[in-house]
Amino acid sequence: MEGDIAEMGKFIGAGLATIGLGGAGIGVGHVAGNFLAGALRNPSAAPGQMANLFVGIAFAEALGIFSFLIALLLMFAV
Amino acid sequence: METEVEHTGLAIHPMDQFIVRKLFCHTESASPMNECTTNIHWYDITNVTMWMAIAVLVIAAILVLGTRRRAIVPSRSQSVAELLYGFIHNMVEEVTGHEGVKYFPYVMTLFLFVLCGNVLGLLPLSFTTTSHMAVTVPLALMVFVGVTALGFMRNGPGFLKMFWVTSAPLAIRPVLAVIEVISYFVRPVSHSIRLAGNMMAGHAVIKVIAGFASIAVVSPVVVGAVTAIYALELLVAVVQAYVFTILTCVYLRDAVGDAHH
Repeated sequence: MEGDIAEMGKFIGAGLATIGLGGAGIGVGHVAGNFLAGALRNPSAAPGQMANLFVGIAFAEALGIFSFLIALLLMFAV
Repeated sequence: METEVEHTGLAIHPMDQFIVRKLFCHTESASPMNECTTNIHWYDITNVTMWMAIAVLVIAAILVLGTRRRAIVPSRSQSVAELLYGFIHNMVEEVTGHEGVKYFPYVMTLFLFVLCGNVLGLLPLSFTTTSHMAVTVPLALMVFVGVTALGFMRNGPGFLKMFWVTSAPLAIRPVLAVIEVISYFVRPVSHSIRLAGNMMAGHAVIKVIAGFASIAVVSPVVVGAVTAIYALELLVAVVQAYVFTILTCVYLRDAVGDAHH
C-alpha cells in the first residue's frame, strides 16, 4: 500500500464535498421548474422575467460551485 | 503544492490544461512543474496574457470592422456589433433603470471580455483565461469596489440604509442587517467563483471524458459524448458571460437605482 491516511482523507473529503453539487442541482431545478410553471400560466409575461430567471439560477448555482471549489482545494491545494 | 501529480490513471491529466506557462520557453522536463511553469514574474508573457490579448483583439475586430462601413441596411458584421450593443444596452436599462445607462460602457466591456474569454477558451489547444480566479477575482472586485464607491458617492451615508430593511418588523431588523452585510461582502466571492468554477468544471469534464477515448471499445461513444458536452459548454460559456453581466447590473442597481426600490 502506498500513500497515507492524510492522502486518503483528502480524496474522501473531495468526494464528500461534491455532494454539495446535488444541492445546486435541486436549487436550479426548483428555480427553472417554477419559472416554467409560471410561464405556462401566463406566457405573455415570461419574456420579461428571463433576466430574473438567470439571476435566480446563478444564485442557486453559486453555492454548489462553492462545494466544487472545496473539492478542488482538497485535491490540489491542501 | 508539494505533492507531485502522478500520471497513473488517465493519459492526460484533466487539470493540466489550466497550467499557466511562460511562452518562448523551452523545457525538457515532462513534469507539469518545470522551469516554464514555476517562478513566473509579472512581466513574463504567459499563455494567460496571450489569450487575454487575443480576446481584446477579437473584441476590437468585431466592433471596429463591424462599424467601419455603416449602412442603413446593416451588413452581417455590422449586425453582430449592433446586436451585441443593443442587447447589453437593453439589459442595463431594464435592470438598473435610466440612471444606470451612464455606466453602460463598463458593463459592455465586462460582458465582451468575459464572453470572448469563455468562448475562445473552447477552441482546441487554447487556454481559458476566465477559468482562473486570478482573472475573475479582479473583475469581480472592480465591480464590488466600484459599486460601493458609487453608492457612497451618490447617496452619501444613506447608502447604508440598504442594510436596514424597513419593510421587516423592527424586532428582526438587526438580525437582517447582519445577514445583509454578510451577503454584501460575499458578493465578489460568489461573483468570481461562479464564473471560474463553471469554466473550470466544464473544461475538466470534457478532458476527463476525452481521456476515455484511449480505450478502443468506448471511443465512438466518447466522440459523441465530447461533442454533446462541447455544445453544452458553448451554451454555458455564453450564459455565464450573461450572468456575470446581469449580476453586475443588479449590484449597480443598489448603488444608482431608486432608494425606495
